[in-house]
Amino acid sequence: MSTTVSERKNSASNPFKPPPSAREIQRQFNNGCLIVLATLFALLAVGVLIFLLLYVILNGIRYLNLDFFTRLPTPNGEPGGGMGPAIQGTLILVGLASLIGIPLGLFTAIYLSEFGRGRLANAVRSLVDLLTGVPTIIFGLFAWVIIVVPQETFSGFSGGVALGIIMIPIVARTTEDVLRLVPREQREASLSLGATEARTTFRVVIPAALSGIVTGIVLAMARVAGETAPLLMTAFGTTFRNTSIFEPMDALTLRVYNFTLSPYQTQVNQAYTGALVLILLILIASFTVRWFTGGFKRKF
Amino acid sequence: MSFTVQHLNAWYGRKQALYDVNLSFGSQSVTAMIGPSGCGKSTFVRCLNRMHEEIPDARVTGKVLVDDVDIYAQSIKPRHVRQHVGMVFQQPNVLPTRSIFDNVAMGPRINGHAHRSDLRELVERSLRQAALWEEVKEQLHAPATQLSGGQQQRLCIARTLANQPQIILMDEPCSALDPISTLQIEELIDELKQIYTIVIVTHNMSQAGRVADRTVFFLLGRVIEEAETSKLFSHPQKKETEDYVSGRFG
Amino acid sequence: MQQQVSVSQGHIFQRSLAWVTTRFGRKPTDLLFRGVTLLLVFIVIATVIGVAIVLVVYSWPTITTFGLSFLANPAFDPVHNIYGVVPAIFGTLYTSLFAMIFAIPIGLLAAIFAVDFCPRGLRTPLAFFTDLLAAIPSVIIGLFGFLLLAPWLQKTGEPWLQQHLGFLPFFQGQIQGVGMLAAGMVLTIMVLPLIIAVSREVMLTVPTAQREAMLALGATRWEVIRYAVLPFSRVGILGGIILALGRALGETMAVTMVIGNQASKPSLSLFQTGYTLSSVIANQFGEATPGLFLSAVIEAGLIVFIITLITNILARALISSMERRGARGVRV
Repeated sequence: MSTTVSERKNSASNPFKPPPSAREIQRQFNNGCLIVLATLFALLAVGVLIFLLLYVILNGIRYLNLDFFTRLPTPNGEPGGGMGPAIQGTLILVGLASLIGIPLGLFTAIYLSEFGRGRLANAVRSLVDLLTGVPTIIFGLFAWVIIVVPQETFSGFSGGVALGIIMIPIVARTTEDVLRLVPREQREASLSLGATEARTTFRVVIPAALSGIVTGIVLAMARVAGETAPLLMTAFGTTFRNTSIFEPMDALTLRVYNFTLSPYQTQVNQAYTGALVLILLILIASFTVRWFTGGFKRKF
Repeated sequence: MSFTVQHLNAWYGRKQALYDVNLSFGSQSVTAMIGPSGCGKSTFVRCLNRMHEEIPDARVTGKVLVDDVDIYAQSIKPRHVRQHVGMVFQQPNVLPTRSIFDNVAMGPRINGHAHRSDLRELVERSLRQAALWEEVKEQLHAPATQLSGGQQQRLCIARTLANQPQIILMDEPCSALDPISTLQIEELIDELKQIYTIVIVTHNMSQAGRVADRTVFFLLGRVIEEAETSKLFSHPQKKETEDYVSGRFG
Repeated sequence: MQQQVSVSQGHIFQRSLAWVTTRFGRKPTDLLFRGVTLLLVFIVIATVIGVAIVLVVYSWPTITTFGLSFLANPAFDPVHNIYGVVPAIFGTLYTSLFAMIFAIPIGLLAAIFAVDFCPRGLRTPLAFFTDLLAAIPSVIIGLFGFLLLAPWLQKTGEPWLQQHLGFLPFFQGQIQGVGMLAAGMVLTIMVLPLIIAVSREVMLTVPTAQREAMLALGATRWEVIRYAVLPFSRVGILGGIILALGRALGETMAVTMVIGNQASKPSLSLFQTGYTLSSVIANQFGEATPGLFLSAVIEAGLIVFIITLITNILARALISSMERRGARGVRV
């Protein structure tokens, strides 16, 4: 039954310390449970990450030496060798991808932020957003069909194209976000001084947003450096020197994938080291760029 | 019921906002806090139901005594204090995902003060006390957001009343409302004071004149003057009070 | 004379530029600029549409041969040229469901910690760690799964489960280490950071006034979250969950490495091996002979594409409806 104001006032000498009823205990308990579980799960998430990192670092560091960066993988599990071509391949592939991803992403962002109005712009934006949710293996399939099949060979070129398509929406979104942050007044000031839109965009807006744009680009590059699935059917991988981009090309992710599943322990060891190098590459890229540009925007 | 504040000081981090406030509130009356922006009146009122300490790095020293019990005592939990000292905010903050009925019933529900059958009665009583019953009795289960601004604020008052507090704090409850709603709420306050002790923060001096029995003038975190409302406005003792009420600064 | 010619030539050039400006309303440089921009945007649009078209065209043989029975046929059988994705769809759904069942509560509660309980100083490190987890390439999670998790499951984890909980159908069957359980766990790791990040962003947009409303009634912290924060953000959180589901359904590498890639008769057992739509593509690609086999692999890709497209559209619709309700922009 409900209590009235005066009843409660008189019921205890201290109305601010209600007697522990079942309800009160329940509330305390629920609250406590929440705090405990929330803290536990947050620790779990962080713990898993740290465990994973330590696992890779501790196993991988053993075989990390100069040879790893320069030599070819040895055949059939003989000891020694390295992942030279794989590392070189990743760098080349990311470079190729950037040639496609950066201009297309950048100009799409410019369109969306500077010109785009109405339904077409919304459609473009939705299309670009949808692109980000597509599993990357699909782009590998696409590049396979339009490049590998007609050329009748796997190639680094097709891998670069696949990765480039993956980069487009990432660059476009991060760039559009920072471009929008540039105050309208700056554009208007430039235009009112007689500058063309082109000059305004390239001399005023982009420089103002430059650190954000660079961050977005570097993060996109780090992202594609870690991709494996689209490369399976495009670059395909090789254990020999990379000769040309129109031949099969190796990549760090492909080599790690391959060697992880290998029956030879020596190759498995190299897989750990490859994983370590990959993580370091991504981490260093992500954090130096954020350090230099002072930004810590969360994007995924 | 006695309600006094002794040597209250409050900080936001390093910055002190209240300096040695000592006040006494009469029961079943309305006391208004007036003063220019940033003078600490809102901060003060938030110290009365221990809301101030919810802000990170905020700190309070001193005593607030309700019936000679210090609500800041170590053994007392803030949430128990808040069941007895309710608060109505500047912007009506109804829970948007819940119905009118559920909003009012929220307090008793979580605090376990009433069960099913009593709940209906309690909700009706609170809505009547808040002068909202007639307008919403046909649509108790409609979303609370369907109400107008003034109605939502009265809903918030009803919600506070349902918890059956002894003291009701109001932090500029009418500043987001139109004049008609403001008048309705002022009339409401006039009725509520027969049961509850009300402390109201307002930047509108004429409002203080209309509703408050006593008025306190704050400036830069200190109480400058406190008196019966008509006396404060017609014969202020301190120069700062006189300057403020005559509009020389605001 | 010479000078006169070059002056008049220059003059003609100026005049044509001026003509262009008057005729089109913009300066020539801008026309060029806009033209280039539109061209590149067009290329992007064409690529997106191109991907969809390519998938449909190259899976046409199996679409016409099997029609809807593709979704019902029990296996990839190159020998008899009969292809179906039932085990693949089962594997995809089962592992994703597992991942969601664990990642949602863990992620949501971890996000609640980040928003409500985390001490100020730990906020940035926590966000940093979550971002870091999200940035780890899936092949590395796969490495962890294959080299550490699966063997451990085979030696210790799964036998323990079978011993103590073997009466449940989930823990029956042959123990191999790799399989649905390993794949599910690996997917949980991949999907967790996404749920934490979206939930966190959404909960941060809940206005303080809402929390204060509950606090002023004497609510405990749990009650504030339960009655003010969560209801306000439930749409956005749901959007994040659907996005995470989309990611789980399409995840390839980590799952491929630990799911065993061998069809078993679909059962409830977590210990069984199997495959997912994406792992079929990754594994069978090399084997696929042109013709129906290849077409089947690409049709699997088409199905993944459609599924992730749908979840993506749904999630964004939900999240943007939250934005329209006046919350700060939540970009995902």
